[in-house]
Amino acid sequence: MGVITPAKPSSAAEAALSRALNDELADKGFVVAQLDKLITWARTGSMWGLTFGLACCGVEMIHCWMSRYDLDRFGFAPMPSPRAADVMIVAGTLTNKMAPALRKVYDQMAEPRYVISMGSCANGGGYYHYSYSVVRGCDRIVPVDVYVPGCPPTAEALLYGVLQLQKKVRRTGTLVR
Amino acid sequence: MAEGLSELGQHIAQATAGAVTAHRVDLGELMLDTTADKVIALLAFLRDDPKCLFKQLIDICGVDWPEREKRFDVVYNLLSLKNNQRIRVKVATDETTPVPSAASVYSAAGWFERETYDLYGVWFSDHPDLRRILTDYGFEGHPLRKDFPLTGFVELRWDDVQKRVIYEPVKLTQEFRRFDFLSPWEGGIERELPGDEKATKAS
Repeated sequence: MGVITPAKPSSAAEAALSRALNDELADKGFVVAQLDKLITWARTGSMWGLTFGLACCGVEMIHCWMSRYDLDRFGFAPMPSPRAADVMIVAGTLTNKMAPALRKVYDQMAEPRYVISMGSCANGGGYYHYSYSVVRGCDRIVPVDVYVPGCPPTAEALLYGVLQLQKKVRRTGTLVR
Repeated sequence: MAEGLSELGQHIAQATAGAVTAHRVDLGELMLDTTADKVIALLAFLRDDPKCLFKQLIDICGVDWPEREKRFDVVYNLLSLKNNQRIRVKVATDETTPVPSAASVYSAAGWFERETYDLYGVWFSDHPDLRRILTDYGFEGHPLRKDFPLTGFVELRWDDVQKRVIYEPVKLTQEFRRFDFLSPWEGGIERELPGDEKATKAS
């Protein structure tokens, strides 16, 4: 599928780890873990994406959630309300007229919030870079975490972008953003 | 078909008594020229005449001819479902002379005229609500005029101090490049265009 799968620990090490976990659970009745790791694990495991489809990229974004790639498997669910969403996917051409609305929707999202810029137009104006009516990149309006290139990017490319964002969240691991 | 069209054009020109200044059949389509003061009567005739019955207004659009004194054409495209025919009506005007609104004849005309006004700056008199329809709120200029620069005059960005989207004069990091491959100064017209190498040569 083209998506990088993390290297699995060897079966012996895995068995040792699960035995240790089981022992600890049977012995004490609880498991100790690092809070920040736990939080980032929970955060990456349940990211709700605000579907901001503006143009043809929006169709590829829909494909990404449909049965072939099925973003839900990665805990990345579509969420039409900005107030309950964690990630905004800006998919398509952002026009001057739409820009204040986009910012308003972004401001309604609760922290921590992330933005994926999908496609050439959202990344830097793309095909419409020299147009009088198009914003030259949605990073002029909102801070962007992950840029997905392509015109439009395939659903697979967006999926890769989502995985990159999850990786970024895991690696940054901050509680307050 | 073309003969029937030119007959129809003659019928319209005779029946409307001077409203049609010219009619011709071009590329298998009938076109009428008229003047701004007669256009409403002509459109009403085209809609109601039993030989025409052009009851559908498909589009109203504009054309900019900067070298002409009356630089704009307003083009009405009509469709007759009854007679399976299309017709095109043209009115010439300039930046200041208004064209009477067709909204009283075709209810669809309102938004089409708003669009023509928005993109070309053609005025329509007696329009119920002549506002911009497509461009940004507070937009200045008419983008489809030939003298409107491609990149416009303003661009916008979020200002973190003022906490709002602000407009600034356009600053381009790289100028728009026009690739004129057919220019003799770029190496002659015999030169291959990009992508030509993929085509099979006609022998």
